[in-house]
Amino acid sequence: MQAWCFICFNGSVMPDTPHIHRSAAAASNPLAQEPLPKIGLSPEDLAQMYRTMVLSRTLDERIYQLNRGGKAAIFGSAQGHEAAQIGCIRGTDPSRDHYLIYYRQLTAMLALGTTPLELLLGFLAREGEPLSMARQFPLHGAHPRVDLFSFSNVVATQVPQAVGVALADRMRQEDRVTIVFFGDGAASQGDTHEGMNFAAIHKLPVVFFCENNRFAISVPLRKQMAVENISSRAAGYGFPGVTVDGTDMIAVYEAVSAAVARARAGQGPTLIEAMVYRLLPHTTDDDHTRYLTKEEIDLMHREGDPIPKAAKLLRDRGLLSAAEEQTVKAEAQRTVNEATEKAEAAPYPPVEEMYRHVYSNSSGPSGKGSQ
Amino acid sequence: MPTMTVIEAVRDAMRGEMRRDPRIFIMGEDVGARGGVFLASEGFLQEFGESRVIDTPLAESSIVGIALGAAVNGMRPIAEIQFADFVWPAINQLVGEAARVRYGTGGRKTAPIVVRIPYGGGVRGGLYHSQSPEVIFAHTPGLRVVAPATPYDAKGMLISALRGDDPVVFFEHKRTYRLVRGEVPADAYMEPCDKAEVKRPGTDLSIFAYGLMLHYALEAARLVHEQDGISAEVVDLRSLRPLDTETILDSVRRTSKALVVQEDTPAVSVGSEVAAVIAEHVFFDLDAPVMRVAPPEIPPMPFSPLQEAAFMPSPEKIAAAIRELAAI
Ligand SMILES: Cc1ncc(C[n+]2csc(CCOP(=O)(O)OP(=O)(O)O)c2C)c(N)n1
Ligand SMILES: [Mg+2]
Repeated sequence: MQAWCFICFNGSVMPDTPHIHRSAAAASNPLAQEPLPKIGLSPEDLAQMYRTMVLSRTLDERIYQLNRGGKAAIFGSAQGHEAAQIGCIRGTDPSRDHYLIYYRQLTAMLALGTTPLELLLGFLAREGEPLSMARQFPLHGAHPRVDLFSFSNVVATQVPQAVGVALADRMRQEDRVTIVFFGDGAASQGDTHEGMNFAAIHKLPVVFFCENNRFAISVPLRKQMAVENISSRAAGYGFPGVTVDGTDMIAVYEAVSAAVARARAGQGPTLIEAMVYRLLPHTTDDDHTRYLTKEEIDLMHREGDPIPKAAKLLRDRGLLSAAEEQTVKAEAQRTVNEATEKAEAAPYPPVEEMYRHVYSNSSGPSGKGSQ
Repeated sequence: MPTMTVIEAVRDAMRGEMRRDPRIFIMGEDVGARGGVFLASEGFLQEFGESRVIDTPLAESSIVGIALGAAVNGMRPIAEIQFADFVWPAINQLVGEAARVRYGTGGRKTAPIVVRIPYGGGVRGGLYHSQSPEVIFAHTPGLRVVAPATPYDAKGMLISALRGDDPVVFFEHKRTYRLVRGEVPADAYMEPCDKAEVKRPGTDLSIFAYGLMLHYALEAARLVHEQDGISAEVVDLRSLRPLDTETILDSVRRTSKALVVQEDTPAVSVGSEVAAVIAEHVFFDLDAPVMRVAPPEIPPMPFSPLQEAAFMPSPEKIAAAIRELAAI
C-alpha cells in the first residue's frame, strides 16, 4: 500500500522502505562545504546569524508561554522557519531594500533590528508598540527604522503591493530591491499571480520569497496544488524559480543573494521557494494533532529543526564550542527575560489614541469633514 | 473661460497635474495607445511616455494593489478602473488595504492613490456596464469618496484628490462625460473633496443628489418652478465620504423638507445615510417626512429600454416627487 508523505507532498511512500524526503535531497547543497569567503559570509556573519536564530527561538517560546498564560493574544510561530528567514535577510541590504512580510516573520524582524521589547509590546498590545500603535495583530504595521511593512491579515495582498513598491523604485531609477514574503497557502491567491505577472512584464526588482511549510493551516500541499513545486510556476511568468532547503541558512542566503544580484542588475524578479517545516501548529489557536500523526510530528522535529542544523554547521567549521553554545542560549534567555519584564510593565494605549490616523490633516481632500 | 465636457475636464486635470508633478502616473486597462475606453488619457502616451502611462494586464486587484505599493513608496498613482462594474475584484485592495494603511501603521505609511471609476446607468449598459457601487466605498473609514457632476467640479476635485494625502475613490458618471458641458478655468484650481455645494438655491424644499442625478434634479427643479411656482433648493453632495453634514443640515433647517434622489438602489445606500443624518439632527425642523426617489430593489439595471427607463429616476419622476412633497 502506498501512502502520501506529508513532507514530500506527492512522494509515494512505502511504509516499510527507507524514504528520502524531498527536502533532504535539496539539502545536499554543495556550497555548504565551500570555504566561507567563497560564499560571501565571514565567521562572524555565521555566528551572528546563529545568535539571531537562537534569540528568535527563545522569544518564540516566551510568546507561547505568555499566550498560554492568557497574556499574549494569537501568535503564528516562526519555529522551523528561522534559517529561511535569517538566510533571506542576510542576502539583502536593509539600508535600502524594502520588505513586505506577513505574520510569521519573527526571525526576519529580529534580523532587521526590531528588538525583543518592541516585538513583545506588540504581542501584549502595549503602548509604545512601534509598528501599528498596537492597533494590529503582532508583526503588522510598519517598522520604525527599516522599510518593512505588513498592512494586512488578508493572505497575499502584499504581493501586488510589493510589485508596486518596486515599480516606484524603477520609475525613479533607485537601486533598491523589494523582498516579499508569503506562504504556500498565499501562492494559491489570485493576487500572487497578478503580482508576479506584472513584475515579469516590467522586469521589476522583486524577490518573491515563499516559505513553503507544506501547510495552509491544516491543508497539505497536495490539496493546494497539482504540481510538485511552487517554484515551477515562475517559468509560466518568464523568470527563474528555485526551490531551496529552507532549513539551511547558507543555501537560502545563496539563493537570495543571487536573486538580489539579478534584480539589481535589471534582470527582473526571481521566485524562491524555501522548503521549511512549521514545527508548531499554525497559531497558538490551532492544534496540529488534528491533522498530523505523532510520528509525523516527531519526524518533522528530527528532520526539520534548523537550529541544531545551524549549530552543527558552526561546530563543523570550528566556530562554536559547546560552551559557546550555552552562552548564546543564556544570553538570549536573559535578553528575552528583560524584555518581558519591561513589556509587561507597559500600559495599554489610551482609548483616545484609537481615533488618530484615519485621514491626513494636510491640505487638499482633508480637513474637518473627516468622519 | 473655456467650456469643456466632464471627460475633457478630467483629462485636463490629469494632464496638468502630470506636467506639474513627476510622481503622478496613470495605470489601467487600455489607458495607453487607446487613451482609455472613454479617452480620459487621450494623447498621454505620446506626451508622458510608457513609464508614466501604463497599460496593465486585465487584472483589477493588482491595478489597485500595485498602485497602492507605488503610493506607499512615494509615488502618486492614478489607477483607472475601466468600468465600475469591474471594480469588484479590486475591493479587497481598496476597502481591505488602502483604507487602512495610515491607520494600521500608526501614520507611518500613507497610500495617496486616486482610483478613477466611470460608473452609472442610463447608457443601455445592462447589468454589467451600469452599476453604481459607491456606497461600498462610502461605508469605509479611511477612504475619501467623491462623485463630481460638473466639468468644473470634476477638474477642481481631481486636482485636490491628486494633491491630497489620502486614498480617493473618484466616481465619474459615464452619462455626464459628454452630455454635460460647462465653464472650466484653464489654470489649475482646487475644489474641496469634502464639501457639498448648493447648486440651486430655493426655499420650499431641499433636494440632495450627486452625479447624473444632480442634473436631473436641477432639471426637475426648473420644471416645477416654471409650472408650479415651487422653489426647490438643489444640493450637490459631491463628497459621499465624508458627507458634508453641515451643508445638508443647514439646507434642511431653511427649507424644512428633504428629498433624496439617487440612481443606486435605496436600501442601505448613500441616501439612507443622508436621511438618517437629517432624522438625527434636524427632526424637529422637518415639516414632512424625508422622501426618496430611487430605483426599485432589483439588480441594476435591465438592458431592455423600457425597463431601463422605468428603473432610472428621471427629471419627470423627480418633479412628481417634488410636487408631492411641496403639497404636504
Ligand atoms: C484571504 C485569506 N483567507 C483566509 C485567511 C485565514 N488564514 C490565515 S493564515 C492561513 C493559512 C496561510 O497559509 P500559508 O500562506 O501557507 O502561510 P503559513 O501560515 O503556513 O506560514 C489562512 C487560511 C486569511 N488570513 N486570508
Ligand atoms: Mg504554509
